[in-house]
Amino acid sequence: MTQKFDFTVNGKPVSVALDNEETPLLNVLRNELDLMGTRFGCGLEQCGCCTVLIDGVPEKCCAKPVWSVAGKAVVTIEGLGTPQRPHPLQQAFIDEQAGQCGYCLSGIIVSAKALLDKNPSPTRAQIAQALDDNICRCGSHNRIMRAVEKAAAQLRAGAPS
Amino acid sequence: MNAPVLPGPLKDNPSLARWVAFPAPGQVAINTGRVEIGQGVLTAMVQIAADELDVAMTRIAIRSGDTALTPNEGYTAGSQSIQFGGVAMRQACADVRALFLDQAAKVLACPVSELSIRDGSILRNGVTTGQDYWTLAGAVDLKANATGAGQRKPVAQLKSIGQSSARLDLPGKIFGQATFIHDMRLDGMLHARVVRQPNRGASIGAIDERAILRAAKAPVAFVRNGSFLAILGDDETAVDLAAVAADTHVKWQNVETPTAVQQEANWLLQRPAVDRIFGAEPADPKGRERFERTYTRGYLAHASISPSCGLAEFRDGHLTVWTHCQGVFPLRAALAKTLGLEASAITVHHVQGSGCYGHNGADDAAADAAIIAMQKPGVPVRVRWRRDEEFIYEPKTPAMIVKVHALLDDAGKPTDWTQEIWSPTHNQRPGAGGNLLGALALPNPPPEPPPNDVPESNGGGATRNAEPLYDIAAKRHIHHLVTETPIRTSALRGLGAMPNVFALECCIDELAERAGQDPVEYRLSITAYKRARAVIEKVAAMAGWKAGEPGGAGRGRGIAFARYKNRAAYAACVVELDVDEGVRLRHVWCATDAGLVINPDGVINQLEGGIIQSASWVLKEQVRFDNSVASGMASFDWETYPVLKFSEVPEIDIALINTKDEAPLGVGEITAGPTAAAIGNAVSHALGTRIRDLPLTRERIMASLLKE
Ligand code: FES
Ligand code: FES
Repeated sequence: MTQKFDFTVNGKPVSVALDNEETPLLNVLRNELDLMGTRFGCGLEQCGCCTVLIDGVPEKCCAKPVWSVAGKAVVTIEGLGTPQRPHPLQQAFIDEQAGQCGYCLSGIIVSAKALLDKNPSPTRAQIAQALDDNICRCGSHNRIMRAVEKAAAQLRAGAPS
Repeated sequence: MNAPVLPGPLKDNPSLARWVAFPAPGQVAINTGRVEIGQGVLTAMVQIAADELDVAMTRIAIRSGDTALTPNEGYTAGSQSIQFGGVAMRQACADVRALFLDQAAKVLACPVSELSIRDGSILRNGVTTGQDYWTLAGAVDLKANATGAGQRKPVAQLKSIGQSSARLDLPGKIFGQATFIHDMRLDGMLHARVVRQPNRGASIGAIDERAILRAAKAPVAFVRNGSFLAILGDDETAVDLAAVAADTHVKWQNVETPTAVQQEANWLLQRPAVDRIFGAEPADPKGRERFERTYTRGYLAHASISPSCGLAEFRDGHLTVWTHCQGVFPLRAALAKTLGLEASAITVHHVQGSGCYGHNGADDAAADAAIIAMQKPGVPVRVRWRRDEEFIYEPKTPAMIVKVHALLDDAGKPTDWTQEIWSPTHNQRPGAGGNLLGALALPNPPPEPPPNDVPESNGGGATRNAEPLYDIAAKRHIHHLVTETPIRTSALRGLGAMPNVFALECCIDELAERAGQDPVEYRLSITAYKRARAVIEKVAAMAGWKAGEPGGAGRGRGIAFARYKNRAAYAACVVELDVDEGVRLRHVWCATDAGLVINPDGVINQLEGGIIQSASWVLKEQVRFDNSVASGMASFDWETYPVLKFSEVPEIDIALINTKDEAPLGVGEITAGPTAAAIGNAVSHALGTRIRDLPLTRERIMASLLKE
């Protein structure tokens, strides 16, 4: 039986009609809403590629049933910034050339945003800990942590986010 | 005068139109057979073309890895893209530039020597002429073959090459754009998952279709050809659910699974093998003392962050395939063979995937899509492997045993060195005689490929870096190419270089210790190679290396060096770490000589990646077998195959030296060996005892401490 699920994505209300209420949010974002920024890495809540914010909390959405986000606010990498108006994190990732294949970056940037929302001045160790749920197989870790530090400094200095 | 020698890829693809085009006023298009796998090769190619054509980078669009468009450059592998592909691109652009200058000289009725080019405009004695690439393009025949007559720019005139350039592909990924093959959606496309044949020769016994359809909760269909079974539908979630259900509801016959004993390298001893000897014979009679050590490493997974993905469409007798594999032309040839099509009836396009680090499941996922598409003409098909499917079925890099036999002179220096290797093949790429996985499940599967490894002329597979570069009177290596293996093996970053360099550079430390010498001094005392000495001296200085620094007490430092393939780039690493029950990496310093560097920051990025990945292999990684698991593979997700995490990576400092005067060399694989061996040496320095088997797990460290 087709059911409707209403929630917001990047501030905009969406309504999706699905037969299977267990459909993972990741599949809804990618296949129903055409938001490809949130990546599939494992489907097992292990790699962090699919990290989004749900009511401000970073969550892996590859196994999160769509019914569980009804009425909630979802923010994806596309909701952070655009090439014209990059989020300070995105600008810092570009400045630091933080990434190789880049497949892990959407989830990592979203995780980093959640960290900086909570803790504007994280230490290197706190950044590492916050990102330990995200895997980067290419070994871009140090650049990524530098970029997060740089974005944190910029946000503290009042950069718009 | 002899005709100039063309770089290999240009000789193979001589028509300049394959490399460069001027599609519209102000625009330049370049084509490369090399593909982006996260290493930044496309950005480097654009830098190269900008310099050799004298145009701004922003004018240049690059297309890559496309059987319909680009040069055929085989595989993007072996750290050769810049060494060969980049040099070919330079020469192609230099030839194009020369043709345009000749044409401009004709039009302007002046000698070429008065002409130059600035951002595509032709200048005469520094003054604009109204002519440019685009006004002249109609009169220049780019279908002409490259001659090598165009002068490549001398280093002093390079503007873009040698400057750090931001990666062109990174912003799209940072803003979450649909840049990956996984993000492609074609009109009318169906999602598919393959119900994997567990092993060659396994056949489908029974399928409980009803149970599978019920699990899907939405319509899905089956496609079957022999033992190749796939599930297809327009709802990806339903297809996934059905595929999971198929794990239980499809019964296979003739299933063989690997067993736990086979996961260890030592299992390779006494297996059938093809034996080969390379190098000096007989042993050096002056050597007196005999030194023998055995090092091992288990099977490793590429463990790409995203499972492989492929798309295909068969329409009007033509098959179009989209893939993130490393060689679109070899894949096309393999598909033609598998599907009984002419190569001309197949087009293969490269689309970026996640980092692959070698031969992962990419080719196979593309073949899966193609096999299904052939049965569904007119319907675009997208196959995306599941996470466990990638771990279980991607080709693994083989376990290896490396045994060093050396003879030493009175001063404790080696005079005769034999490196004896047991290893399955490092190359079962489809183009090298390996098979596409899906093909094994089809009726009349292709035969087992004959025993084969990467030839020495290409740097060897298991034998890569099997000879020390040091001044040793007699060197040889013995290769036991093990032909009976429990799983499919193929190329991973550096192939045999990591285990070989690990073994030999750890042995060098053991010899230094016997001789009572500092590891850095000892290495310098046995190598006269200037470029080798330079990276060793540089890295020692960077790390503030102090000769004779006492180890033990849990903190250790180690150094190691290699010249990749003994003929490519040089790298030396120093590692500092702490050991209690596990290893904690503190700092890695690395000095590299890769000759002319196109994009310094890009090179550093790749070196950092290589160091971290190698550290992950050494400290954490081994593919485990267990025949109580249905697939026989106990490593099937990120919990059963953990890799290095953010909180576990070391600080890294990298220096590039000698970046102008020598030919450019690739760097993607060069730190694999030196990092591994430097970690091994540092652990030994910290513990006062040596562990010779990888990975350096907590269990092994505890066992070695207990032994003390
Ligand atoms: S895809 Fe969700 S955690 Fe890996
Ligand atoms: S950049 Fe490739 S996985 Fe992180």
